[in-house]
Amino acid sequence: MILTLAIKNLFHDRIRLAVTLVGILFSVVLVSVQLGLYYGARKMIVAMVDNANADLWVTAYGAKSFEEGGVLLNQKDRHAALSVPGVASAVPLYVHFSEWRKPGGGSTSTIIVGFNPEDDGLRPWGLIAGDESSIAEPGGVAVDRTYLNDLGIIGIGDTAQIDFGRVRVTAITEGIRSFTMSPFVFTTLNRARALQNQPSDAFSYLLVKLAPGTDMARARTVLAERLGNREVLTKSEFRDRSLQQWLFSTGAGVALIGGALLGLLVGTVIVAQTLYSSTKDHLTEFATLRALGSSAGYIHRVILTQAAFSAIIGYCLGMAIALAITTLSEATALPLLMTPWLAAGLFAITIGMCAVSAISAILKVTKIDPAMVFSR
Amino acid sequence: MKSEPVLEATDIVKELGQGAGKVRALKGVSLSLMPGELTLLMGPSGSGKTTLLSILGCILAPSAGSVTLAGQRVDGLDPEALAGVRRRNIGFIFQSYNLFPTLTALENVRLALDVRGMSAAETVIRAETALREVGLGHRLQSYPRNMSGGEQQRVAVARALAGDPAVILADEPTAALDSENGHQVMALLARIAKEKGRAVLAVTHDPRTHSYADRIVRIEDGLISGEERRVETGENITRYDLTRKRKANG
Repeated sequence: MILTLAIKNLFHDRIRLAVTLVGILFSVVLVSVQLGLYYGARKMIVAMVDNANADLWVTAYGAKSFEEGGVLLNQKDRHAALSVPGVASAVPLYVHFSEWRKPGGGSTSTIIVGFNPEDDGLRPWGLIAGDESSIAEPGGVAVDRTYLNDLGIIGIGDTAQIDFGRVRVTAITEGIRSFTMSPFVFTTLNRARALQNQPSDAFSYLLVKLAPGTDMARARTVLAERLGNREVLTKSEFRDRSLQQWLFSTGAGVALIGGALLGLLVGTVIVAQTLYSSTKDHLTEFATLRALGSSAGYIHRVILTQAAFSAIIGYCLGMAIALAITTLSEATALPLLMTPWLAAGLFAITIGMCAVSAISAILKVTKIDPAMVFSR
Repeated sequence: MKSEPVLEATDIVKELGQGAGKVRALKGVSLSLMPGELTLLMGPSGSGKTTLLSILGCILAPSAGSVTLAGQRVDGLDPEALAGVRRRNIGFIFQSYNLFPTLTALENVRLALDVRGMSAAETVIRAETALREVGLGHRLQSYPRNMSGGEQQRVAVARALAGDPAVILADEPTAALDSENGHQVMALLARIAKEKGRAVLAVTHDPRTHSYADRIVRIEDGLISGEERRVETGENITRYDLTRKRKANG
């Protein structure tokens, strides 16, 4: 009967129900978009680190993120790394901001990623045109489909200028996005150096792979000792550092989380207001229930069921819109991420939000005097 | 054979308000309700009828005095414990029916049973039985807005009856009804008292209700001012004899 009463109370005033549902829907969409952006941003930020085949990353001291490692390492560092017992490979990787001059005029900032196609370090993934060997062709680069327009090109075969040399698009990827909004441009290690007039043995990172059974902590300590003024980071540490830099030092993540919290706040206030007014309208009925001997808990359950029912409908409507937005965002440079876990988390948040919203209504009925039923 | 009272209030004092605004609504009232009896509590406005009804119904706690319901002292219990006592022992009928407008007649009665923790199946059986007993077997799925005042009050009677309480307390049960419906409801309450052995107390101003009462208790200025008991004289003539006249001094 609790469910029947709760649902009938809700549907009794359809305008108020509509306001409640719009409030929840708005909140769910806003929180979904903000959290979707947040997790989408996280995924973009750590994508390179996650896709690299490395147990440990050797970086210049103080490298803040994948994109900001500088070009400060050289072959001496690589040899030192390879001399450490347990190190199976130490693959150099070149990462640096560069200027892409569009064939039709104008320029944009890009991040050049230089790798050795024959090394098993970091390779472009999600290739939809061309392959790794085509990147090794003269002037060959790979760019992501999402950024073709930003780069002023149409597709395979188009040419552009990067810093000091010409490049030709020989491969296209799908799904390699950049949080910095500067597209990644994959090319060979040597070409990357040449395009930026860097020394022929310079690079940004060493991707260290350990031999099976090697004690990672010990290998890391020895690496740090032998490499001197370099940092040796685990994959997890480098991910965290990149996230810290882009999401929190820049304030972007805080803004996204703040937006999500704002959505929650707005939703909570709207639902609390409508639940409170609904409870106030049904106060005589709740007093009657109390007079009939219902426990306070029974009445609280009616209100919480109303809140939960509103939450479920509002969540379903809001999530349908959020999924549509997520789908539409897939082709953009800033895709939203919606995973089953995030959807489940949002459902729990929505239920929690509505439960919190019910507090004012519960406080109202807690003070109810069943004697009021005799005064009418 | 004389049965024991199912509800007994002794020397009830109730003070309402605080400080200079404090009012003594009841000044030492004693009243017992016997199973199988329909008692009317009558008195002018402000005499303390509703306050006494609230105390007898375990909704208000007395300032002094004792209330014993089904052998259990209930004065001094906390609000949740009092709710439990009401749930187990008392059925209420209100002047404005106090039905839930969003629920059907059947659901209104079921709700009162659900509060008692009965299973869904049992609430349906009991609610249907109670509604049939009050002559509303054909109105199970009707909403209060589609029912007459008399029908709504009979739903309220069914709701009070369904939980099988020892005591039924009615607050002005005929005040909102026309003459015909008023008589029907009072006849129903009298039948419930007689046939089901319930103690029924109805607070009323309505002189049309007299003929249904086994006992009429009059209250004035917070005190029981008199009590009359029905005497059957045969030939369909009913007389009420004054059995008690009392004025206490606070």
